[in-house]
Amino acid sequence: MIELEEVWRTYRLGGEPIHALAGISERIEAGEHVAIMGPSGSGKSTLLHVLGCLDRPTAGSYRLDGQDVTQLEDDALAELRGHRIGFVFQAYHLVARLSAEANVELPMVFLGVPRGERRRRAAAALEAVGLLDRRRHRPAELSGGQRQRVAIARATVMRPRLLLADEPTGNLDSAAGAQVLDLLDQLHAEGITLVVVTHDPEVARRAGRVLVLRDGRVAARLAGSELGGLERALGRGKPGP
Amino acid sequence: MRELLRFACEALLAHRLRSALSVLGIAVGIAAVTLLTAIGEGTRTYILEQFTQFGTNVIGINPGKTETFGIPGVLGGTTHKLTIEDAEALARLPHVRVAAPVSLGQARVEAEGRGRSVHVFGVSADMVEVMKLRVRQGSFVPPGDPRRGAPVAVLGPTLARELFGEKSPLGRFVRIAGARLRVIGVTEPKGQILGYDLDDVAYVPVATALRLFHQQELFEIDVVVTHESLVEQVVEAIRRTLVERHGGREDFTITTQAAMLEVFGNVMRIVTMTVGGIGAISLLVGAIGILTIMWIAVGERTPEIGLLRALGARRRQVVAVFLAEAVVLAFAGGVGGLLAGLGLARAVQLLWPGLPLQAPPEFVVAALAVSAAVGLAAGVLPARRAAALDPVEALRAD
Repeated sequence: MIELEEVWRTYRLGGEPIHALAGISERIEAGEHVAIMGPSGSGKSTLLHVLGCLDRPTAGSYRLDGQDVTQLEDDALAELRGHRIGFVFQAYHLVARLSAEANVELPMVFLGVPRGERRRRAAAALEAVGLLDRRRHRPAELSGGQRQRVAIARATVMRPRLLLADEPTGNLDSAAGAQVLDLLDQLHAEGITLVVVTHDPEVARRAGRVLVLRDGRVAARLAGSELGGLERALGRGKPGP
Repeated sequence: MRELLRFACEALLAHRLRSALSVLGIAVGIAAVTLLTAIGEGTRTYILEQFTQFGTNVIGINPGKTETFGIPGVLGGTTHKLTIEDAEALARLPHVRVAAPVSLGQARVEAEGRGRSVHVFGVSADMVEVMKLRVRQGSFVPPGDPRRGAPVAVLGPTLARELFGEKSPLGRFVRIAGARLRVIGVTEPKGQILGYDLDDVAYVPVATALRLFHQQELFEIDVVVTHESLVEQVVEAIRRTLVERHGGREDFTITTQAAMLEVFGNVMRIVTMTVGGIGAISLLVGAIGILTIMWIAVGERTPEIGLLRALGARRRQVVAVFLAEAVVLAFAGGVGGLLAGLGLARAVQLLWPGLPLQAPPEFVVAALAVSAAVGLAAGVLPARRAAALDPVEALRAD
């Protein structure tokens, strides 16, 4: 469960303060699927980074599963990211010199999981994204969709409760994107809390709730289904269920 | 930790050429230091061995003392010379095996139309004991009253060969400083010491030498102590005896082999360190190479660093990865350089068998430790830069 209270994130740009987040108060329940939308510069990514404990709020409080994380030490935040949070990035961020398997094992290397256990869990995670047969391949030998699925396997291999995805389909064609989204839906169905940043209504449509940001504030809260109607009306996305 | 090391090695293998070149930089440095120090150290031990062949229980007494207060003969009355009587007095001291009077002159030694300018030592029979001399042919200067100088000479093997070739010089005559001396013996070869040929000399009875060179005073008295551990005690006894005999003045200098070896050893150690230090400059260049390459690597791998932080890696772990990479590079260079250095030393020794080389085992350990330390030092800045990166900025740097 995520509780944000009056969260501000202020940068200084040439002496001018820029409020990337300007007083966000929001509550995301465990097991929710939330999409964050908004124009560029609206603070979507900053919010995701704060939620992922990669960035600290300038002011306000953030409680993750009841624990105030704004006061935590650097090492404690790293620990939290390692065990409780998974990240999926638009650019995949796979390590090019490592095989798919080694990429999935990477978080476990730094969290001190023993080797045998690492092998087993990496294989299971790759199996779950349907890429076990590609485990020896390097990222360059995989398609974009496959790469993102490897990244999802890596993000979930520590069984985090919170999965944060920043434009997960931004670099993919619609077929590969759909496959990735299906995978995320499946993880959500298994109980993970899923927060997806996107500017694609087709992606946001799958979420239970959509937060629309503008100038670092939540400008609107919609149900995912409301976007689905919009899409159909525009004749863009696939027909809804 | 082992896993981080593996991760670091994989990163290095991803840039084989670049890593190999950094390794080469350190290898050249370590090889240079290894080779140069091996030569220095080898020379030091070689020369010390040359000196110790005379034994560490030898004490030398020379006339004159630089530290003596006053100017002899001007303010302090008469100076006392170092005499054969002094040597005899010292020979009577306890724990003294022999006290050999020595005089020295340079002269042309002539025989059978050939001549050669050499050092002529005036010695007693006891000199055999001091210089560990062995006689190859005939006999050495005969024992007896050292004040009585018989007209005889003993030749070093080089001098004997130069004058008489393959013929036996025994019983033949040589002319030294106008006097005709009968050759009674030839010594065994002693070799060279610091380029001075110990075999290109002549020995004559000390009284003969004093007469030939018109000297009134000895060049040196060499005292051989019964046991090395008694040297200091005997030095004191010598000092007391001679001061007493010389009217309360310390107008002589006592040098022990041990003191001489120590001074010499220290000088050579400084030479070795200097030479090794020159080699260390190339090691420094290698270190800068690693620093550069690691600095570039951190820049290139900024997104990867952001990713590692997002995946739960602590700052310390990021530091560890980059330090490990630098240390692995340097250590590989250290091993390679050590092998190359020792190999070169071996090759040099094959080419010039006379050149002494030595790399003691603790030196090998030191070279490896130094290379690891160099890597650590070179890695600190890049690793700190990596750890200081803000994860969000780092992820965006793609």
